[in-house]
Amino acid sequence: MNVLHFVNAFFGDGAHWHGYDGIPTRLAEHVRYCLIALAIAAAIGLPVGLVTGHYGRGGNALALLATAARALPSFGLLVLMTITVGFGLLPVMVPLVVLAVPPILVTTYESMRSVDPSPVDAARGMGMQESRILLQVELPVALPLILSGLRSGAIQIVSTATIAAYVGIGGLGRYIIDGLYQRDYEKVVGGASLVAGLALITLVLFWAAARCTVSRGVRRGA
Amino acid sequence: MNRFFDLPSDLQHDWLGLIGLHLREALLPVLAGLLLSLPIAQLCVRFRWLYAPVLGVTTILYAIPSLAVFVVLIDYTGQTELTVMIPLAVYSLVVLVPAIVDGVRSVPQETLAAATAMGLGPVRRYLQVQLPIALPAIIAGLRVAAVSSISLVSVGMLIGNQGALGNLLNDANIYHRPELAWNSVLTTAGLAILVDAALVLLRLLLTPWMPRGTRRRGSRTAAEVRPEPAAPAAEEAAR
Repeated sequence: MNVLHFVNAFFGDGAHWHGYDGIPTRLAEHVRYCLIALAIAAAIGLPVGLVTGHYGRGGNALALLATAARALPSFGLLVLMTITVGFGLLPVMVPLVVLAVPPILVTTYESMRSVDPSPVDAARGMGMQESRILLQVELPVALPLILSGLRSGAIQIVSTATIAAYVGIGGLGRYIIDGLYQRDYEKVVGGASLVAGLALITLVLFWAAARCTVSRGVRRGA
Repeated sequence: MNRFFDLPSDLQHDWLGLIGLHLREALLPVLAGLLLSLPIAQLCVRFRWLYAPVLGVTTILYAIPSLAVFVVLIDYTGQTELTVMIPLAVYSLVVLVPAIVDGVRSVPQETLAAATAMGLGPVRRYLQVQLPIALPAIIAGLRVAAVSSISLVSVGMLIGNQGALGNLLNDANIYHRPELAWNSVLTTAGLAILVDAALVLLRLLLTPWMPRGTRRRGSRTAAEVRPEPAAPAAEEAAR
């Protein structure tokens, strides 16, 4: 009766593999929520972090904002949004985005600030425009750190998206919550291992993305 | 406004009682995590090859949803506070270990050499030189860990009202009183911000040698405090 036994039982049961409550359906729902939330969080965090980091202004304001966003409890926000707005995608997206914006925003800002100033000065001396300096000089150097910020945001989203099931929306959390109320540990452990596996895949994907996009010179210097 | 603090009796606590419970459930795990991560971090500093696997393991543990850990732990620790606190302590490691390792590593080689030359043994050198210099980074890690721990306690509501302020969320649902949910979210957020501010204050008190006020205006000096440990820590993990 250990965890591995539960995992075996969960994945060995053919009933878990198809239908409305099947693993493929739940996995697709989970991935969909995560991708939407990550996209929104990145669309907010990346531009703001890049621009403020480039000009080196507003760091304290960003830190304050990040602390405030971190302070908001995801689960409380989810229930509150469901009570006030009703069921749907929005109450799930708001907590997930609020969760992922601080790491993305702060890491992006820090990564831009930690870029060696001499190549930036050289680029400015050569007459490059600010936007080109940002995109062609600073961004490639800052990329490994920016990706790591995105990654930590993504992992938090993947793991927290499970609470979406509490407000009756699917995702892998369905197994955990249903298992909890049915006293069916097989389901809980199965759902948890699926989420952990998804997080692991996220890690690998980001590692691969960093391999592909970070220039070799930057990697060697790091 | 009156109904805002008028809590249903099934919570068995008044508002302040819930706050105390919430703080205990959130901060004890962070303390345990700190006590656990100090030796782990020291091992990682001593044996460099250990750092990458340790980071990997803590990151994977962090990825397991808290709710799942709660449910599995019920079998062993029952529906108690301990069930909520164990995963929170484990989660705090993912922030604290890199923060401490970064802080201890940032101590300049000359400082260490000076300490050795003054006749400090490895233990005293660690306690009197390395830890104080690493303190700003450690507290930065503690801030992130404490704030996210306070936010996560609420999920404990799902395993039989073990979520302190999070229990208000359930009551908001079953009694149709949205103001209880507002109360829960606002109080939790306020607590997190207060604890965060308290840790900043603690850093100012414990590191009187650090420059105050205008940090990083203009020139970037070498021994600058990192306000956010996540960045360098994550950088390490990216390799």
